[in-house]
Amino acid sequence: MADEMKMRATMLGEVADVKVRMTHFMETGARKDPKTGKLIPPHFIDQVVATLNGKTVLDAQMGIAVARNPFIGFRVKGAKPGDKIVVNAVDNLGTKFSGEVTVAAR
Amino acid sequence: MDQLRRAFLKSTGMAGVVVVAIGSGLLKSGEVLAATWNKLAFTSSNLADAMKNANYGGATESKDIVITVPDIAENGASVPVEVTSNIPGTTSIAIFVEKNITPLAADFEFSNDAVPYIYTFIKMGQTSQVRIAVRAGGKAYTLSKEVKVTIGGCGG
Repeated sequence: MADEMKMRATMLGEVADVKVRMTHFMETGARKDPKTGKLIPPHFIDQVVATLNGKTVLDAQMGIAVARNPFIGFRVKGAKPGDKIVVNAVDNLGTKFSGEVTVAAR
Repeated sequence: MDQLRRAFLKSTGMAGVVVVAIGSGLLKSGEVLAATWNKLAFTSSNLADAMKNANYGGATESKDIVITVPDIAENGASVPVEVTSNIPGTTSIAIFVEKNITPLAADFEFSNDAVPYIYTFIKMGQTSQVRIAVRAGGKAYTLSKEVKVTIGGCGG
């Protein structure tokens, strides 16, 4: 699953600036299959949890209106270079995704 | 009555998820997604209901919410939204698109040392107010900004 989540975390002054890009189609359920004319069922990442050194810092719930290949940028105080940030995500069909990154000095 | 029904749905829904998770051996420490997905809020089809169901009902306007969105989005399928809350004690930030079929786009809850800041990309079906809601110290605050969309991003 290495390609499904790309992460970067760099120090921005006193805080760690974390960027996460997940590869997911984020199907809304409102699109029709051009061949069959039937609606394509919704398929989207609905929960994302980020931890810093094992402690939860962000707990996100997402709907169909998050853009394809979801991007989340967030910031954490008190982080330092070498700290570990882990992101776990799950979509509405139960598929799990995860990624981790070490905070880099600027 | 309604309250009771919601509590019931919530508790049974949660129990179901936990049983399934334990049953399939998926529950490992550090991988637990704490909350159940707020289906009620995400499927609400008007802004007032979506905000109420996401626990941002009765929000008061606040200029301490800083919203960075483009004035005009050429492509509604990917509109950048950057939000900082300067309200002390902010615990969560939610993004609503007033004219989307279901207005709630995402709800971000902060804990421990997270900064009340979020940057993401959303889909917009048409020109609309992008409304941000913030919870801080048990109260709800809100502010919105309009984004003009030239090509919608929610249909086919």
